[in-house]
Amino acid sequence: MTEGFGRRLRKEDQRFVRGQGYYVDDVRLPGMLHGAVLRSPHPHARILAIDTLAAEAHPKVRAVITGETLAERNLAWMPTLSGDRQAVLATDKVRFQGQEVAFVVAEDRYSARDALELIDVEYEPLPAVVDARRALDPGAPVIRDDQTGRTGNRIFDWETGDAGRTEAVFADAEVTITQDMLYPRVHPAPLETCGAVAQYDKVSGKLTIWETTQAPHAHRTLYAMVAGLPEHKIRVISPDIGGGFGNKVPIYPGYVCAVVGSIITGCPVKWMEDRSENLMSTCFARDFHMRGELAAARDGTIRAVRVTVLADHGAFNGTAQPSKYPAGFFGVFTGSYDLEAAHCRVTGVYTNKAPGGVAYSCSFRVTEAVYLVERLVDMLALELDLDPAELRMRNLLRPEQFPYTSQTGWVYDSGDYPRTLRLAMDLAGYESLRAEQKAKRASGQLMGIGMSFFTEAVGAGPRKHMDILGLGMADGVELRIHPTGTAVLRISVQTQGQGHETTFAQIVASELGLSPDDVEVVHGDTDQTPFGLGTYGSRSTPVSGAATAIVARKVRERARLVASAMLEVDAADLEWERGRWYVRGDPDQGRSMAEIALAAHSSLELPEGVEGQLDATCVYNPPNLTYPFGAYICVVDVDPGTGEVRVRRFIAVDDCGVRINPMIVEGQVHGGLADGIGMALMEVIAFDSEGNCLGGSFMDYLLPTSLECPAWELGETVTPSPHHPIGAKGVGESATVGSPPAVVNAVIDALRPYGVRHADMPLTPAQVWRAIQGRPLRTDLAIS
Amino acid sequence: MTIRVAVTVNGTEYARDVEPRLLLIHFIRDELGLTGSHWGCDTSNCGSCVVWLDAKPVKSCTLLAAMADGRTLRTVEGLEQDGRLDPVQQGFIECHGLQCGFCTPGMMMTARWLLDHHPDPDEAQIREAISGQICRCTGYENIVRSIRWAAEHPRENR
Repeated sequence: MTEGFGRRLRKEDQRFVRGQGYYVDDVRLPGMLHGAVLRSPHPHARILAIDTLAAEAHPKVRAVITGETLAERNLAWMPTLSGDRQAVLATDKVRFQGQEVAFVVAEDRYSARDALELIDVEYEPLPAVVDARRALDPGAPVIRDDQTGRTGNRIFDWETGDAGRTEAVFADAEVTITQDMLYPRVHPAPLETCGAVAQYDKVSGKLTIWETTQAPHAHRTLYAMVAGLPEHKIRVISPDIGGGFGNKVPIYPGYVCAVVGSIITGCPVKWMEDRSENLMSTCFARDFHMRGELAAARDGTIRAVRVTVLADHGAFNGTAQPSKYPAGFFGVFTGSYDLEAAHCRVTGVYTNKAPGGVAYSCSFRVTEAVYLVERLVDMLALELDLDPAELRMRNLLRPEQFPYTSQTGWVYDSGDYPRTLRLAMDLAGYESLRAEQKAKRASGQLMGIGMSFFTEAVGAGPRKHMDILGLGMADGVELRIHPTGTAVLRISVQTQGQGHETTFAQIVASELGLSPDDVEVVHGDTDQTPFGLGTYGSRSTPVSGAATAIVARKVRERARLVASAMLEVDAADLEWERGRWYVRGDPDQGRSMAEIALAAHSSLELPEGVEGQLDATCVYNPPNLTYPFGAYICVVDVDPGTGEVRVRRFIAVDDCGVRINPMIVEGQVHGGLADGIGMALMEVIAFDSEGNCLGGSFMDYLLPTSLECPAWELGETVTPSPHHPIGAKGVGESATVGSPPAVVNAVIDALRPYGVRHADMPLTPAQVWRAIQGRPLRTDLAIS
Repeated sequence: MTIRVAVTVNGTEYARDVEPRLLLIHFIRDELGLTGSHWGCDTSNCGSCVVWLDAKPVKSCTLLAAMADGRTLRTVEGLEQDGRLDPVQQGFIECHGLQCGFCTPGMMMTARWLLDHHPDPDEAQIREAISGQICRCTGYENIVRSIRWAAEHPRENR
């Protein structure tokens, strides 16, 4: 079955290493104009007047668009992926620093920027809500007064689990742990910023948009709903994308402005944001203020987990997740453990910050859930003076418990957790690391060993439960075998570096006995591919990978019927081997896929019910999510004088089910581990008390380089998903989800001699030093 | 007002009349149409824009095109020679040194320079050499391996 799987160099690399990638900013069209966005300097202010006359008089300016211009077309506001609405260009107020206020279209990039300086906006500054914990205070400024009848900043309350039963467990628990934790606001910061080129053809009425999007089909449908253009006249092209990580799922105001700019000027319009615009205004991640509680027996048996969360969604509720899950998949906060009860309550609030929350390879907030429970488990180990590995081993789900229904209703598909943890410990040399640590502590050196065990929930999802704005999360594929036996596969999902052109060809190849080189994978163009919701939440392999295997099997069965006609035998008498059907008991009597493909296109009389040609389609509606998991161990050394953390080793054992291309899987894990080090130690979008964003460039928003990252040490176990046709589970976000708690647990473990129990990320030298002094900081706000 | 900027890029001479404030990266991409070099941050932090100026890697997002006048540039498009990939390019393919491909041209230009000056670099030297550049996909490990691969497979008759 897995013929064609295995390490295989990537097809797409041939163009990338030659500098022939084709990204949105590489799109150049005749007569193309350039757009730039004027942004608010205030986090919260009423707009009194906008004077665009001077900008319009600039000799190279072709159009200046304001919220008023858009309102005439009913486009001043657009729906968000969470069913809220977001200002495309502000008309009444600005609600975060960096919000879009006006859009200039000019003959070149620089002139467009120049003209922004000529726009005069009169603001009346208003008090800003900067601290999410103050958002619900009586008297807090009402941010969304555009919503009729709104008197406060609460967006939603959502809960899961059983409050009563959880309370009962806590009431008689021998040990309880309580800890407030912040998962700070971070940003996916793909190296390519967001942008679009819009080309509206007045004659044909066709709108073509090259976009940095992870979800071209969803965008096309939204443009049709919002802009009133017929959907068949909209083509969204997602060419090569310079990293997404969830940042490129939403529709951004700049895209809409480029479209309107093209309609108004009759010329193609390009808009590419700069780095500051990307960091300050596009979809951030996390910003979860969590209070976690854990109930346990004194022998270390974990009995219940309870969480209350304050979720900062910024000025517009623009999170991207299935509609029924306002807190994403945070409901998997019970982790990898068998509990008696669990309960969680999440309150979402508006603040005067950029909108977003679900991004950065978070698997719809599994990241926050894993961080919470893995920190709590480490605190329990500290409390009971148990080894954290031993404590986890005692509480992990056992293989015979799968499929396992968690206390919050998630059905984990398969796993052998103890085996995976044991392998990670063996690779790390866990016992000798502890011995080394003991010796180092005796001499005053700070060495820490941290671990995390995570279970992911990916592959959204069963369409009955999961949709985005009413669009069910099922994805289509189309497979066609050409007369000469090579193939083209059209998929709805879209690569931002994950290697779909290689991996998906390998799936077809393995099912049909072709060479992956003979399978062309087409993606990222709504005119050329079937509908589907796109690539995020690690869903490409779980959803479209399954669809691809199924469509190939459909083609294989059709080929069987054609072969039966060719060989003049009953189809039931045919057997499949790699790339050919043959007569059972007479292996010489067979036909290869290439022979069958040609016959399917020929004048051969085909069996009843078999149309000519050799192709098939499939829409895959996943029966369940898939649940990849893993065990990570991080070893750090901390300088007690400066608080600097060095990650010495990082051991990661991932179980993502069957691996189609292990080289690509390992690459995905490597990248996520670097993300984890970044989030744990360096990255935060903080604000000052006035609401100024303090993470608006790469000089302030720090990302890990080659010097902060160790040589990763990987291992694998393979527990196939029972409901996925090839047993694969998805891996794109596993390491980003699993690694931050391992790093933080390692640092806190290193600081044990100082009695440090917790400090919020990022564990910068300043934060670690303050923790050593017993005064860790709030990292989301600058000290005033 | 425009000024004339004449440069040799990958062995080809170009001259363009441009605004004095034009950044080198925009000159290379928008004026010369060589879009293999990328623009990622504006602040010299990410290195997507690394090209060679007179045989040295520079961050072209913080140089003016005017500063390259009369000088020689080499970009990713100049790595492949006589239809043969540079060992660095081949190394990135062999060792999965790239995913989205956006940082790759800049990384490879730095790698080529490193290998020209240190043909047999160890891991620490490689990490140091690329430490001024950001990759968001690979966690750097496979970039290090790619450059080591190139070191171990030098092109004959370079």
